Amino acid sequence: MSRYHPLRSLYLSRIREFYRQPARLFWVYGFPTVLAIGLGIAFRNKGEQPIKVDLIANGSESRVEKIVAARATGPKIEFKQIAPEQVDSRLRLGRTPLAVEGRPDGSVVYHLDSSRPEAQAARAAVDDAIQRAAGRVDPVSVSDVKPVGPGSEYVHFLIPGLIGQNTMGGGLWGVGFLIVNFRIGKLLKRFMATPMPRRDFLLAILGARLTFLVPDVAVLLAVGVFLFQMPIVGSLWLVMLIEVVGALAFAGIGLLIASRADTTEAVSGLINLVMLPMWIFSGLFFSAETFPAAIQPFVQALPLTQLLNALRRVMLEGATLFDTDILISLGVLALWGGVSFFLALRSFKWS
Amino acid sequence: MTLNAIRVENLRKEYSGRDGVVVAVDGLSLEVRVGECFGLLGPNGAGKTTTVEILEGINQPTSGEVEVLGRSWARDERAIRERIGVTLQETRFPEKSTVAELADLFRSFYREGLEPQEALRRVSLESKSEAFVETLSGGQRQRLAVAIALVGDPELLFLDEPTTGLDPQSRRQLWDVILGLKEQNKTTVLTTHYMDEAERLCDRVAIVDQGKVIALGSPAELIAKIGGEHIVEFALIGKDGAEAVDPSDFAALPTVLSARAEGDGFALTVEQPHLAIPALLDHLERTSRPPARLTTRQVSLEDVFVSLTGRHLRDEDAENSRESGRKSRRRGRGRG
Repeated sequence: MSRYHPLRSLYLSRIREFYRQPARLFWVYGFPTVLAIGLGIAFRNKGEQPIKVDLIANGSESRVEKIVAARATGPKIEFKQIAPEQVDSRLRLGRTPLAVEGRPDGSVVYHLDSSRPEAQAARAAVDDAIQRAAGRVDPVSVSDVKPVGPGSEYVHFLIPGLIGQNTMGGGLWGVGFLIVNFRIGKLLKRFMATPMPRRDFLLAILGARLTFLVPDVAVLLAVGVFLFQMPIVGSLWLVMLIEVVGALAFAGIGLLIASRADTTEAVSGLINLVMLPMWIFSGLFFSAETFPAAIQPFVQALPLTQLLNALRRVMLEGATLFDTDILISLGVLALWGGVSFFLALRSFKWS
Repeated sequence: MTLNAIRVENLRKEYSGRDGVVVAVDGLSLEVRVGECFGLLGPNGAGKTTTVEILEGINQPTSGEVEVLGRSWARDERAIRERIGVTLQETRFPEKSTVAELADLFRSFYREGLEPQEALRRVSLESKSEAFVETLSGGQRQRLAVAIALVGDPELLFLDEPTTGLDPQSRRQLWDVILGLKEQNKTTVLTTHYMDEAERLCDRVAIVDQGKVIALGSPAELIAKIGGEHIVEFALIGKDGAEAVDPSDFAALPTVLSARAEGDGFALTVEQPHLAIPALLDHLERTSRPPARLTTRQVSLEDVFVSLTGRHLRDEDAENSRESGRKSRRRGRGRG
């Protein structure tokens, strides 16, 4: 009987339920897009920034200004004149990294909290300008070169991170939370009272998850490519393959979370418990390599770490399927998926 | 083919509760005949839902024999599932599905069945076909649940407390639906704690209490067991008076079969009201206890239950004070 097919009917009902919920559409597509755009703009490379420092208005300030303005090269330095009694409070509150005080005898005093990196940078730049203007000659010739090439902007690093984290959220919430809600509403039990094949029920959920992966990834890729000129160096097909493997791994973990939980509180708690370490350690907003070597085995074993590594290596550096690290990432993800599916199906409560 | 749609023998279901084993079903036996509407009647926590879920194959018995449509769950699960339809207590269908989509979805699980629209027509829901589930009233949701149970064109239908929580009008609508099914000669198993529902809809009723069948028969047979057909209810003026009176004072009046305290007054089971009532009024006048009210009615299944257990079916307070712990656990299980 071709008109009624359980797998197709279940799949279509999953798809319909999703696109009929505008709030869910926003959290899945809107929110990551807004986040990408917001962070992208905030961390955009804006070219060379002037160094802004305070200058104490004590009668000698115009001499200092003239010296600095007279030099031909070096970063632009902007002075803000302040009264002497403001110095300590402005430094304490971090309103300025450095206050410069010209003395009547021609010497210069720097006020700064030298434990702050930006204070040291400002001091070095201002001091350099003053010393050169006074005639210092540097014995070694140096020159600066800017990094070039794809992925040099922060937002280019961020977009694959957001794609991966969306895949994680989609798998855990879209599978775990959904199934527990079915259980709470007794829908799972109701399905079990029919001849519905359990396999079709699970396949429909996975199928819907993979279907939504396409717009999930496409929206964020489009933001990266069209708004922030993010290059995609490697193969888009490989990106999709990695995403499919990643999505299945997280769907498996979602299924495992849902296998016995029967309250919303329990499933939300479990999902957050699983996601939290990955938000922190998997290198969503900055590279996971910055964590100490001692915890790297843990960091590298997290599925999101491997998903993000693989996505960044392919998108930003053009890695191929046959690069060892890509194969390792895919292997780790497949292992997570396989083990969690196996455990989930063994302990799953169908009522 | 056997004439019994369901045969249950010595069914037992135990749960391991926090303080020991909880017995939800305690040696229950019954047979449901093909084509009849069979009622499982009992208070909350009596084991009705557990029993029905075992019959529906979504719960496993601890021991006992269960045969559904002449088959056993262990050997012929798929065959039984194809032939039964089920409504659970309060299934939450997806809010963003339409009525027709849900009927189609459940139809797709069965090899053979009704046209989904036909199933909706049988519960008078065809006009809501394109409506989202979230827009349906409680009564419409229950009728949708029945339509979905019908969509596989089952030989045997289970309705678990289909009218609980509905307003009177929705209850009557659902009764009409169930009476309509009877005309099509479907076997129906109905659980309820509403006596009037069982009296009106069921050919035979099993009264279940504490996991056992305590009475079985047609509503008329069960009522006949009480002996009389009429109940005379009355109250006395002044509360203290009523408390001081022993109900057995009235048992000796002509044609009175039994007497019991009932709420703020008394209820007498009476064979012939035209003899009993004048005698009662005489008696009250002689003892100078004028009646505050006096009514007569037909004996109901409720009276049967009271005479068997000394409790009311929905006497929640009495139940709670007597066995609150066990009862709440049972209910939790029944719904979990």
